[in-house]
Amino acid sequence: MSYQERRSLVNLISIILITAVYSAYMIQRYPAGSAYSPEVFHFWGAFFLILIPVSVVARIIIYIIFHIINAIATREEEPPITDERDKLVELKASQNSLYVFAVGFILAMVALVVGMPPAAMFIILICSGVASEMVGDISQFYFYRRGF
Amino acid sequence: MEKIVIGNHIRRLRFDHNEMTQQELADKVGVTRQTIVAIEKGKYSPSLELAFRIALTFGLPLEAVFFVEESNG
Repeated sequence: MSYQERRSLVNLISIILITAVYSAYMIQRYPAGSAYSPEVFHFWGAFFLILIPVSVVARIIIYIIFHIINAIATREEEPPITDERDKLVELKASQNSLYVFAVGFILAMVALVVGMPPAAMFIILICSGVASEMVGDISQFYFYRRGF
Repeated sequence: MEKIVIGNHIRRLRFDHNEMTQQELADKVGVTRQTIVAIEKGKYSPSLELAFRIALTFGLPLEAVFFVEESNG
């Protein structure tokens, strides 16, 4: 398995772990009361805003740990350059990722139109965001593994 | 449109050029070793520019390095 394939798998696992742990922590703080109260909107706004820096910091830490373990286990350094194949893989993976998020965004809007509570829209947005990240990482792994 | 599969003689040419390693070829043409591996295995068709760089490294015309392996309708 190449360095890029291992990195894709680590990214995939890290996004699942970070979202699961963060959601499990935040869900305990979900405000009681009406589904349409200002506290609910405040909660979801904070959920997204805090998730961004938490995700960035957690990914940096996981990446450093991966880099160290990978160097010790395989004695293989990170490729020093990003060549045309890497850019093409990244582009195709981003495209797949974007498709998934676009579908999720439309579903979130549909949820509002059919009268579901705002929480449903936010949950669909979070799920589609996570799913799009996962599809991006899986696509990268697939393209590096199977070629294109 | 027919889909064509591009084959290559890179592995043999490396051997003929003082058993050049994949890393050495990668360094000469400015890509990672993994990309050379993928090209040799037919998992990746390089850009025209990279194909020419590889051919120039071996001092051969493009068609002496790359060829059409098969085409599917």
